[in-house]
Amino acid sequence: MSAAAIVMLVVALLLVWGGLVAALLHLRKHPEEFDVVEDGHQEYPPST
Amino acid sequence: MEQAREEFKGRRAFIFAAVGSAIGLGNIWRFPYVAYENGGGAFIIPYLVALLTAGIPLLFLDYAIGHRFRASSPLAYRRLGGAAESIGWWQVGICFVIAVYYAVVIAWAVRYTGFSINQAWGDDPGGFFGGDFLQQSGEFTLGGSWVPAVGIPLIIIWLFTLVVHRLGVQGGIARLAQIFIPVLIVIFVVMVIQGLRQPGAMLGLDALFTPNWEALTNSQVWIAAYGQIFFSLSVGFGIMITYASYLKRKSNLTGSGLVVAFSNSGFEILAGIGVFAALGFMAQASGVGVADVAESGIGLAFIAFPAIISTMPGGSLFGVLFFLSLVLAGITSLVSIVQVVLAGVEDKLGWSRTKSVLIAGGLMAVVSVALFPTTTGLNLLDVVDNFANNFGIVGAALVSVIVIGWGLRKFPELARHVNSVSSFKIGRTWFILLGVVTPLVLGYMFISEVVTRIREGYGEMPAGYVAVFGWGVAIGLIVIAVLVSLIPWRRGVVEDESLLVEGGESR
Repeated sequence: MSAAAIVMLVVALLLVWGGLVAALLHLRKHPEEFDVVEDGHQEYPPST
Repeated sequence: MEQAREEFKGRRAFIFAAVGSAIGLGNIWRFPYVAYENGGGAFIIPYLVALLTAGIPLLFLDYAIGHRFRASSPLAYRRLGGAAESIGWWQVGICFVIAVYYAVVIAWAVRYTGFSINQAWGDDPGGFFGGDFLQQSGEFTLGGSWVPAVGIPLIIIWLFTLVVHRLGVQGGIARLAQIFIPVLIVIFVVMVIQGLRQPGAMLGLDALFTPNWEALTNSQVWIAAYGQIFFSLSVGFGIMITYASYLKRKSNLTGSGLVVAFSNSGFEILAGIGVFAALGFMAQASGVGVADVAESGIGLAFIAFPAIISTMPGGSLFGVLFFLSLVLAGITSLVSIVQVVLAGVEDKLGWSRTKSVLIAGGLMAVVSVALFPTTTGLNLLDVVDNFANNFGIVGAALVSVIVIGWGLRKFPELARHVNSVSSFKIGRTWFILLGVVTPLVLGYMFISEVVTRIREGYGEMPAGYVAVFGWGVAIGLIVIAVLVSLIPWRRGVVEDESLLVEGGESR
């Protein structure tokens, strides 16, 4: 592989997979909120 | 009495279902070639620009519509603004048409998973595919003899898909994606590693990633990037509206959307590496350039790959992994496409899931099984695929952004809704990207496609055949959509009061 191709391979992977990691971290920082059901109890998150 | 609307158990279930929808055949067989043809390594720039300026904004729009109005595409558009309902039915029609042929390709892939074991195609994969396997007569008509070798696996695919739908949004669709997507990623990674270990693999990667910077000055390259993003991300034809309608009220729409969008692109890049490693191997083994073996679509998967599988040491395993990947990626996408149709029918007619699966799902299965596994099915699939994508998906997305942005002026309301529940806030930039950039790009794509098809026809196909099954289908879907939208709704369905509180901005 030429140097230019290797650089672009690395850039592409960093940008796209880096974007995915950033998106996952962002989501993790904002945990899911759960609806409060009518009797005042929280609806609990799925176990999965 | 209406049943309570189904829900995804949590955002994890939704994200898996949405990723399952977005990752489909296009990621595996379309992206690698599009990237290679349009600047190689330099393509990453227009590709990311397209993702950020149109793909993700459109994804957020679909989520906003589905979640704000908590309904299938037609009912959500109806609640958004009266006559816009016909856009929803247009999307339902497009999904109906795509589902009936998309399932056929999955049926081929099921058979090819088996064929890979003994390389049933012998030394002529091309002749085997069109001749021995599909038994194509080459005629441009409808019908001909039914081909059980395709028809029987197709019936099984449909039965499987409709059972998944009958099991419901969480118990069927989400559960399927939560099993299939991790399995898909594992087997795909194993396949990519096997590909990379072959001699010549680096030639392929070199061809894929060597940047051609001049390509960036070519407008066609930019259009290709936007096209890839539109077709790959499952935006603009009702799927993400439908899925988002099953999210709980307090759901982080944009946070989840970013994960879905980057997962889809991350998988595409991986597919590019795997496919071009294999093509590089093939080029070296046959003493030709990568350009001579590079292909996309049906030709790549069912003709070029079988040749690679026959040449590669351990090719049988490579083939099984490749075709199984197509099956897994395809089924989770098929399920999402079918759901658009079922949800639309359920909302309009008040049908139960069982009834919609049996009648609407059954109708799709019958049309698919009757028309495509025949000696004339390949030509039909080819023309319908082209027109459904380039006129259907692009046209519906174009009309939708213009109507919502410029006609109904609903972007601010939708943005307020999104921001009331989401972590990643959207605002003026989103309005501009959706209201200006997206319509310009989609409009250019749509008009240039119309001009090309009128001037050049479609491939070598007779004009009469293209008129009926290309133009006829594309225009017929619009006419049907308008007519169906004129049928009155059952009382109280459109004005659901529960929408006026919490999570919406109307409170």
